[in-house]
Amino acid sequence: MNFRAIKAIYLFEMARTWRTLLQSIVSPVVSTSLYFVVFGAAIGSRITEVEGVSYGTFIVPGLVMLSVLTQSIANASFGIYFPKFVGTIYEILSAPISYLEIVIGYVGAAATKSIILGLIILATAGLFVPLHIHHPVWMLTFLVLTAVTFSLFGFIIGIWADGFEKLQMIPMLVVTPLTFLGGSFYSVNMLPSGWRTITLLNPVVYLISGFRWSFYEIADVSVTLSIGMTIGFLVACMAIVAWIFKTGYRLKN
Amino acid sequence: MSPIISVKNLSKTYGSGFKALNNINLDINRGEIFALLGPNGAGKTTLISIICGIANPSTGNVAIDGHDIISDYRAARSMIGLVPQELHTDAFESVWATVSFSRGLFGKPKNPAHIEKVLKDLSLWDKKDNKIVTLSGGMKRRVMIAKALSHEPKILFLDEPTAGVDVELRKGMWEVVRALQESGVTIILTTHYIEEAEEMADRIGVINKGEIILVEDKATLMQKLGSKQLTLHLQNKVDAIPSTLAAYNLELSADGREVTYNYDTKGDRTGITSLLSDLRNAGIRISDLDTKQSSLEDIFVSLVRAP
Repeated sequence: MNFRAIKAIYLFEMARTWRTLLQSIVSPVVSTSLYFVVFGAAIGSRITEVEGVSYGTFIVPGLVMLSVLTQSIANASFGIYFPKFVGTIYEILSAPISYLEIVIGYVGAAATKSIILGLIILATAGLFVPLHIHHPVWMLTFLVLTAVTFSLFGFIIGIWADGFEKLQMIPMLVVTPLTFLGGSFYSVNMLPSGWRTITLLNPVVYLISGFRWSFYEIADVSVTLSIGMTIGFLVACMAIVAWIFKTGYRLKN
Repeated sequence: MSPIISVKNLSKTYGSGFKALNNINLDINRGEIFALLGPNGAGKTTLISIICGIANPSTGNVAIDGHDIISDYRAARSMIGLVPQELHTDAFESVWATVSFSRGLFGKPKNPAHIEKVLKDLSLWDKKDNKIVTLSGGMKRRVMIAKALSHEPKILFLDEPTAGVDVELRKGMWEVVRALQESGVTIILTTHYIEEAEEMADRIGVINKGEIILVEDKATLMQKLGSKQLTLHLQNKVDAIPSTLAAYNLELSADGREVTYNYDTKGDRTGITSLLSDLRNAGIRISDLDTKQSSLEDIFVSLVRAP
């Protein structure tokens, strides 16, 4: 293992985070606060309780997940797309490092950043509503698993994308709708049974459900299923990344 | 001594079907400056990209000091520093940070003294805290050289190092290259400026249409450069060169009206004076004459134009 190279990539990516502190940390916090104002105060006053939890409190895990998912994808995809775009990727490809080390460096940094962000949003939420975390270890496990999985997914998008539109396309057209429809702002059990069945095809439902369970012990689907689905998605992403590097897809001619 | 780079039967065909390299065999000697000459699109950059791990070979193999570039890529790549043709740099990093990053990427422990030396050698020391985006093109090129030297490579690739670089900077760059060679680094540079190859290289290779068509010591090439041709236009047609002139190895043109004589301007005697008097003695009268020097450029052009 070339640990120095992993460290170099990781620190390089983290330095980018600190340099762009405003857009990487402040803007998600501001938008989350807006969700609280709009959904929590305006709409929440009409929906008093969901499964025994006040609506404002209920949406916290979903909001954290929403940010972690979108930020993981955005960070990781940009992290690898940008060197491809400006050409500095030549140095990564010509360095004595393995593909695994490249992935650990980039995905590790992207995941770190979104975990920090998730915790900041959680703290921000604590200013608006009372929070209680029943299973802190599980909460962190879900947070880390999701951040790593979606950073891997973002890494794949970053390699696949050959233009800035494509970089935006998957997060905008796929991930954001799936997150909104995945029970961030409501319990899947509130839906009519037909819609409920369709919703269960959405992988994000399992992430949010498991994450919310770690807070309030309420879940749309069983926790085991949540963990299973999350790990399944993680393995799928790892398989795709392995294939990308084996074939040199969009990286090497 | 075994070559430091050994390229064997290397071919590269792109997905589009374009054959960029065709059965390349090339050895680079330890410690030499090797210039790879060729017109645009000849395959220079493709060859370098494969050696450095940026592109995959289609067939054939490359060994760096005995280490195969695919099965033993870590050992092979740690020996190589690459300065690509295009100015690929991060914009918002400082010079110091980007050069230190390169060293880490190649798995070397921190060594601020070495980075300092590299930056000073390249006259970048006073810019070390500047963001790269604020630097001029020539400085960015030097930053890329500094990145390549940050991990103390044994082999340095310079792909078109002087494209768009002014004369002053070019001179400075060659000084750095010479000093590197003295410290034992092998240098491979590509260029399409023949004077550059002439000035710098120990050996010169010519590549065209994906094939190496010549590899020669510069000294040998320069000898060819030193030879001149004297063409004598005769007043009257002759059928054959008289036997008294055999020692001059003259060539008679097909129409019998022109005689060519090859001589070395660097030799002690060119033989021109005696040739002219011997011609007069043989009764051959001359109406005109001209001389022509074959330059490296001529050799190059005739090589790459050959069908």
